[in-house]
Amino acid sequence: MPAPKTPVTLPDYQVERIGSQIKEGETIKSARPHALTDAIFNYCPGCTHGIVNRLVAEVIDELGIEGKTVGIAPVGCSVMAYDFFNCDMIEAAHGRAPAVATGVKRVHPDNVVFAYQGDGDLASIGTAETVHAATRGEKITVIFINNAIYGMTGGQMAPTSLPNQVTQTSPYGRDVATVGYPVRIAELLSTLDGVAYVERVTCDSTAHIMAAKRALKKAFQNQIDGVGYSLVEVVATCPTNWGMSPHDAFEWLRENMLPYYPLGVYKDVVADGYANAAEAALARAKDCPIAQKGKEA
Amino acid sequence: MAENNQGAERVLMKGNEVLAEAAMRAGCRFFFGYPITPQTELAAYMAKKLPLCGGTFLQAESEVAAINMVYGAAAAGARVMTSSSSPGVSLKGEGVSYMAGADVPGVIVNVERGGPGLGGIQPSQSDYFQATRALGHGDFYMPVLAPSTVQEMADLIYLAFDLADEYRTPAMILADGMIGQMMEPVTLPPARDPETLPKKPWATTGTRMEREHNVVNSLYLSPNKLEDTNFERFERYAQIKETQQRQELLLCDDAEIVVVAFGASSRIARTAVREARAKGIKAGLLRPITLWPFPTKAVDQVIANGAKQFLSVELNMGQMVEDVRLAANGRAEVSFYGRTGGVLPTPEEVLAQIEKLANGEASGVLPRPVDCPSSNERGE
Repeated sequence: MPAPKTPVTLPDYQVERIGSQIKEGETIKSARPHALTDAIFNYCPGCTHGIVNRLVAEVIDELGIEGKTVGIAPVGCSVMAYDFFNCDMIEAAHGRAPAVATGVKRVHPDNVVFAYQGDGDLASIGTAETVHAATRGEKITVIFINNAIYGMTGGQMAPTSLPNQVTQTSPYGRDVATVGYPVRIAELLSTLDGVAYVERVTCDSTAHIMAAKRALKKAFQNQIDGVGYSLVEVVATCPTNWGMSPHDAFEWLRENMLPYYPLGVYKDVVADGYANAAEAALARAKDCPIAQKGKEA
Repeated sequence: MAENNQGAERVLMKGNEVLAEAAMRAGCRFFFGYPITPQTELAAYMAKKLPLCGGTFLQAESEVAAINMVYGAAAAGARVMTSSSSPGVSLKGEGVSYMAGADVPGVIVNVERGGPGLGGIQPSQSDYFQATRALGHGDFYMPVLAPSTVQEMADLIYLAFDLADEYRTPAMILADGMIGQMMEPVTLPPARDPETLPKKPWATTGTRMEREHNVVNSLYLSPNKLEDTNFERFERYAQIKETQQRQELLLCDDAEIVVVAFGASSRIARTAVREARAKGIKAGLLRPITLWPFPTKAVDQVIANGAKQFLSVELNMGQMVEDVRLAANGRAEVSFYGRTGGVLPTPEEVLAQIEKLANGEASGVLPRPVDCPSSNERGE
């Protein structure tokens, strides 16, 4: 691929990085966000991790928060995220990213802390950490990649695998009569009082990618503004473990994933007219005297 | 009650509360834990006091979450701790392994109770193996300090934070329900000036766009890199073994029979040793303060002084005795006496064992080492 070109006014860091490739009069249309390192993604063709990693980095750049951002990488295909992001990064144990993020955020409340997690990590082994960080209203941003399968370990059934979906550990298809139903995280978390914002997005088209970026930006902005816990669920692809071409994987996503995991905003306390999650929680419990104690303070 | 941010002071306090107060004086401002008997006073004290000095107490949803919050806070550069008791400490094993693997300092308190399983809630030392061998998967150790008095609860947790920071490792206080629950006079250490705490340039505090990004991580997909990392860590372990062995020796200058005991059991053994001396038996007490590193140099010393026999006295079925045997390495006989399940031996029981050894008889034989009635015979 030829070197990308952008409008000539480049921030210093981009001049440092690619300045030597720019000839006078040339323009660059798309440069690598500063919040990404020069490391090459190790994601498979057609995998949406790369897109979302980049969107997160663009948002960090645009909000100018790289210097105070600390990211938590999970166990799963995005385990190497600590190599990809230019901000400080911590590698967490499987499922524990929200607890690790809690520790960081409590020590440095002014830092921007995000956890980047897949479905096995967030919705299976880390369910307790996920639910409790959310209900505590930790002022963190969680990016949840839901591709309905365990990618890194080679395609096992995930908590979000669809009914009848064939995986390595559901070779006859996910039998809901014996293993139950997929966990719908956006819906589940939207019931918790500590949550400020939950939106489900996808990355199957330019329009959806732009919408995903807006959601991610809002989830980070909420944290900066102290609004409360924010989570963006990204309905994602795993062509390799779905056994499909990238093209077919996106078709399958549109055909099967999106009807089961409808896109949209599941909770947004600001849009509902509240300043933050705490205010919304207080309003919801308006008939509970003990919950209203100290309201005037 | 003792207040934080003060100089040294003498007070009467409960062991568990002293752990909390001394930790705060050592500069700990973050506590993450989950309720379990018999360490609850520690968490309750933290819940009450930490917010008053600008700290954070957070009751986590589980022990697993608590230790991972510790990992996060430690990665962010804070002095941080968690506390639990045996069954809860098992759950912390995962996080402790990650802390060791990522070279992240933090303090873990185990106020032990009887096991295995849910076990009981009475004092025990049955987590010696877990603490000194592997509190989690992988190649690692951590400093393990064993207080035997309420004073040592203060002194050793203060030390634990320093060791953790100096060697970038988790460190453990291995106490037991007896030391945790009892009250004794204690001189509390002065509060550390936060400015004197070690700097942590490796911490994930945000780059401020002034440095390369820091990564706190225990994953190495290259076997050679992982091996290098482990080699480097074991060099630090070698330094710890060389410089940090701690113990108390009582009447060991001419002792022929040396009782080895730590924590609660050492208090009982101390009485038995004195009684043995009164009977003319050349007995002494070697009390390990560091369980890891085990005080092997002290074992060498008492053997050089003429020790012929060691008697390891523990509140378990025989765990530290293996370290005594390794340290003695065939140069002296090693016997064991222990009670378990939360039962404490009497000084007379221990004295009887010392007398047996002095008379050339074999010490106790497991599994029921003395003529003690079973719970059935007691009518329980």
